[in-house]
Amino acid sequence: MLAKLHQVTKSFGEGETAVRVLDGVDLEVAEGARLAISGESGSGKSTLLHLLGLLDVPDAGRVEIDGEDLTEAGDARRAHVRRSKVGLVFQQFNLVPSLTVAANLALQARLADRYDADWTQRLAERLGLSPLMDRYPEQLSGGQQQRVAIGRALSAKPALLLADEPTGNLDEETSESVSDLLIELAGETGAALVVVTHSRRLADRMETRLTLSRGVLS
Amino acid sequence: MMIRLFAALALIAAGAPAMAQGFAGLGTEAEGFAAPERGYQFEFPRDHLAHPQYRIEWWYLTANLTGEDGREYGVQWTLFRSALAPQAGAGFSAPQLWMGHAGLTTPDAHFHAERLARGGVGQAGTQADPFSAYIDEWEMRSTAADGDALDALSLFARGEQFSYRLDLAAEGPLVFHGEDGYSVKSAAGQASYYYSQPFYAVDGVLDLPGGEVAVTGTAWLDREWSSQPLSENQDGWDWVSLNFETGEKLMGFQLRQSEGSVYTYASWIEPGGSLTAFEDGALTMTPLESAAVAGREVPVRWRVELPARDLDVEVDAVFDQSWMATRFAYWEGPVRITGSHGGRGYLEMTGYE
Amino acid sequence: MIWRVLLTLAAHWRRHAGQFATLFVGLALAVGLWTSVQAINAEARASYDAASAALGGAGAQRYEAVDGMPIPVAVYAALRRAGWAASPVVEGELEAGGAVYTLTGIDPLTAPGSAMGAGGDGEGALALAFITAPGVLLAAPETVEALQGEPRLPPVEASAQVEPGAVLTDIATAQRLLGLEGEVSAILIDPSRQGLRPLDAVAPQLAQAGGEGDVARLTNSFHLNLTAFGFLSFAVGLFIVYAAIGLAFEQRRASLRTLRALGAPLWSLIAAFVLEAVVLALAAGLAGVLLGYGVASALLPDVAATLRGLYGADVGGGLTVRPGWIVSGLAIAVIGALAATAQSVRRAAAMGLLASARPRAWARASTRRLGLQAVGGLAFIFAGLAAPELGDGIVAGFMLLGGLLLGAALLLPPALALVLAGLQRAVSGAAADWFLADTRQQLPSLSLALMALMLALAANLGVGTMVGSFRATFTGWLDQRLAAEVYVTARDEAQARELRAFLETEADAMLPIWETRRELLGAPGEIYGVADHATYRDNWPLLTAQNGAWDAVAAGEGVMVNEQLWRREDLRLGQAFPVPGGPELSIVAVYSDYGNPRGQILIGIDRLTELYPDVSRLRYAVRTEDPDTLMEAVRARFDLPRGGLVDQQSVKRFSLSVFERTFAVTGALNVLTLGVAAFAMFASLTTLASMRLPQLAPVWALGMTRKTLARLELARAAALAALTFLAALPAGLALAWALLAVVNVEAFGWRLPLHLFPLDWLRLFALALAAAVLAALLPARRLSSRPPRAFLAVFAQER
Repeated sequence: MLAKLHQVTKSFGEGETAVRVLDGVDLEVAEGARLAISGESGSGKSTLLHLLGLLDVPDAGRVEIDGEDLTEAGDARRAHVRRSKVGLVFQQFNLVPSLTVAANLALQARLADRYDADWTQRLAERLGLSPLMDRYPEQLSGGQQQRVAIGRALSAKPALLLADEPTGNLDEETSESVSDLLIELAGETGAALVVVTHSRRLADRMETRLTLSRGVLS
Repeated sequence: MMIRLFAALALIAAGAPAMAQGFAGLGTEAEGFAAPERGYQFEFPRDHLAHPQYRIEWWYLTANLTGEDGREYGVQWTLFRSALAPQAGAGFSAPQLWMGHAGLTTPDAHFHAERLARGGVGQAGTQADPFSAYIDEWEMRSTAADGDALDALSLFARGEQFSYRLDLAAEGPLVFHGEDGYSVKSAAGQASYYYSQPFYAVDGVLDLPGGEVAVTGTAWLDREWSSQPLSENQDGWDWVSLNFETGEKLMGFQLRQSEGSVYTYASWIEPGGSLTAFEDGALTMTPLESAAVAGREVPVRWRVELPARDLDVEVDAVFDQSWMATRFAYWEGPVRITGSHGGRGYLEMTGYE
Repeated sequence: MIWRVLLTLAAHWRRHAGQFATLFVGLALAVGLWTSVQAINAEARASYDAASAALGGAGAQRYEAVDGMPIPVAVYAALRRAGWAASPVVEGELEAGGAVYTLTGIDPLTAPGSAMGAGGDGEGALALAFITAPGVLLAAPETVEALQGEPRLPPVEASAQVEPGAVLTDIATAQRLLGLEGEVSAILIDPSRQGLRPLDAVAPQLAQAGGEGDVARLTNSFHLNLTAFGFLSFAVGLFIVYAAIGLAFEQRRASLRTLRALGAPLWSLIAAFVLEAVVLALAAGLAGVLLGYGVASALLPDVAATLRGLYGADVGGGLTVRPGWIVSGLAIAVIGALAATAQSVRRAAAMGLLASARPRAWARASTRRLGLQAVGGLAFIFAGLAAPELGDGIVAGFMLLGGLLLGAALLLPPALALVLAGLQRAVSGAAADWFLADTRQQLPSLSLALMALMLALAANLGVGTMVGSFRATFTGWLDQRLAAEVYVTARDEAQARELRAFLETEADAMLPIWETRRELLGAPGEIYGVADHATYRDNWPLLTAQNGAWDAVAAGEGVMVNEQLWRREDLRLGQAFPVPGGPELSIVAVYSDYGNPRGQILIGIDRLTELYPDVSRLRYAVRTEDPDTLMEAVRARFDLPRGGLVDQQSVKRFSLSVFERTFAVTGALNVLTLGVAAFAMFASLTTLASMRLPQLAPVWALGMTRKTLARLELARAAALAALTFLAALPAGLALAWALLAVVNVEAFGWRLPLHLFPLDWLRLFALALAAAVLAALLPARRLSSRPPRAFLAVFAQER
């Protein structure tokens, strides 16, 4: 099993105002899986994704990647797994504003020491970024930025691609093409794709659709 | 505040002859100065005192000493006078410069000190009754109750790390080198007035960094003055004063000439004080071994031969590094004598570059 | 990994070259000013050390005759014969071509610092021409021209080492030119030599000059002063660096988070920040050291003039590169940059992976934080005020200054916040309300720059007030003290008699100025006799006096003491004062005596001649209605010695020129510090401008033109500068008070009254406004020319 959440619990806030967003959630992501998670705003779907992406730790339960229990792992180990096995795509794109498109695209691969110039170039071509390589993020449209983010997430050929509302900031037309690219490229690289989205259209293109409600996945 | 003033001084100094050359450059013309002449009648104590009308003069004492600790010591006390013009003068404008050198040699160390002063203000000079030659607190002072002023002396000098105080008593008469004190220094006829008191018995105290040492031994005083003792082609000399166990003594020097030849002279002194002068060629001095001293090679072992007296000895420095790193630098230190005659003495060498 | 992270973070600078320049220039400026002060101090200290080390290592001290008269050469010879390392000096005035030069004669064979005098090593070369008649005069190139062509003078040689106006020569030449054969003015002696006959037995008539004699100790206060200035500059510069690094961190916060999400471990981020700071600090530090070298070279002549003016200490005009101040410059750059980075690192470490990605003001000031700052500021001020109570001396004085300044700087942001809040409550109108609210919001980001500006302004005000007060007091004092129109000195007693006879009819009054040098309460001092004359009663500047003080002095029963002696010995009016060799006289008055390092007393002229019958009676102050005619008549009739006839105006001119030179450095450093502060302001505003768009866009959308917005930005900078100036005013005055009443008393022995110079304040106020507006101009211009698209983008990007 590529990734696994076991009886994961997570609350935010303290005391009476505490909200339990995840309550004993189990989730298994197989290699090459296509998984959509939807739910209302504040239902905890982003939290779920953050736990899978090792950006956050659960209050209780276990997080495993490639069979390794990383729940209690130190920052360095988690960072290592993250840069070599996980790719992240955010709603806000989160590109490094001071780096060019080319540098942003290659960033994670370089951090993970897995940079492959051919692969990066192929990614750029596939994402239609080749003419934009010398630009800076602020000079790009939202759709272009998100394509850079997708490329960055895939640059290190991760086994697990996590996307948090990847089309949330894009218009309908752009959303469509970005969704296409995300799914196609995940398929080409064999990465498992977990998408958190409230977009019906995107969720419908996944093999599995789960809904998070009141802390429970169903 | 003075430091800058001196930097300024150094500026014009670059183009002018240095004072050191006032001593070293002895072979330059001597205009207006008196010149030594044959047949001069010495008169004492007058001639123990300074002769300002002559260009250069010195009171030069060397002593071979043995300490209560059994070690060998050498002591040098020298007062030089150098005239800028042939008159005594008074005040700071007096054209007489004085320089004092003191050396103290042990088998493993050599100390030296230097003092400079102008004549005319009472800081350095000579005086009669009692005879005294002095610079600052350094002094060679007559303690003789009667007879010649040099018959008994007290001697004092001090440097940063040492001082010495010696009492000297002469056990023989003054001796006069060359032709009754007229000492020729080159084939061209350059000459000086030169007499010595080589018969001193010494006792005194050395103050060294390790503490005081009581010493006894012998000493030799040279008096010499001139206006141009070296000819222009002579660039250095080697000089010895040797006390043999037989009671005989030798003063000898060779003046090294630019073309490689030498001019030599020797005085052979009997225990009673009679002196035989040996002119150029009689004495030979051959360097046997050199040592690196102050960045140059200096001979520290010599063969000294005077066939006319069946003398063939080796002269060996007590301490190789007896270097007087003074403004006009030279080698001066005690030596041991072996060979046909045994004994102790002093060696001085100049002009090794 | 760390390399990649570093490159990613450093890429920020390529996109923000201006910000980088700010950081670099700020750090370089800070290090530069610091280094220049260190270099100057090191140079001066090295000069003193070299001078004192030259004679036997322990330091040659200047000895003069207790009675102030020339010393017979025999005294010098006696010292040398006793084994003392002594060297004679002859000094006097040399008149040539209508000007007067100071002539110094030395003996190169024994002078300290001379390769000739210090026996042993070294290749000393002595110019025979220098010590051989007719001798050589050494002078600065500009002086040489004036001296050439004087037939009675020996040949003159130019030397860059001799100060303008000074002439150096051999002691024999000086004696001849000054008519001092057989005598010397002073003897330099190393008093630390052991085992010799005691100095006071060999030469009982000599005393160490200037009381302490140790120039290094005398000048310590001045160097501390410079160091304090250097520190102030560095602090101001550090504010710049701190602000720039803080802003850079905030701007890179999002990148940091992204990098962490992409798997860069925390330690690599921290290491990258530290590495970046160190590399930057070394590069900027190096530039700063070069800058400092330049500034120091430019200032050194002024410093040399100041030291000479204040203490008579000589410092060479050339600057030597010394590892000490280079290392100290680099070290302080690295330490400063690391200190500024520490906060970023701490925030980076504390920053959650998932915290809101929205940029927030990097130094959001909560009320609590402002409160803490206010408490801290007050604590600094109280600690400063307590320092003189706890400890004595100049260090306590500077602790007082430091406490006041730092405290005032810390108090500034809370005070500004309070004022703005109050204004906001007071005004009505949406635009004004928004303007004030927006200003308040910006305050935290600008507070460091404003604090730097305030420090610089306060220092300017304080030092300016101090120097101004000094000048006002000094000129007033000169007017009083130099009441007589003409001063004459006779060649000898006979000439003095003739002069008296002549002036009896020609002048209104002729007042003796007779003095003798004696020990006063154990230290070298001066005793003056005064005639009973209205000139003194009307003019002499008394600080405090008993009734009938002048009568008591005239009757020979009272003594007046100068302020230095009064403060040093903690004397009281009415106290009995032991006049050397005479009776105890009651202290009846204290008078100010600026510029005199020695203690001094005034007694009646009859008392003086009775106690010291051999006192030299050659100097007189002359009252006349027509000084020019009188001087002409005296000049025509008498052959007075050089400098024997001086009019009041030239003495004043000379005194004031010494004064101005004395404070030249202070002025230069003041301007530099203000410049650094203005740069800090510019840097902060420029950097802020790029982050301000989201705050301005809504106002723009609501209908305010870009031009109006830009004008408001300018107005805001001006308003903040004005408020800062208002805050700096009391701080600066407090600083001036501390300088005048505490530091000056410790450093010089006199206290000065505080004078206020509102016109100077106005000038500085205008300067501060101009600096602020100038600093805001570029960002404002950019704002007014920004395309509307840029404003719209704010809404597009903000969800």
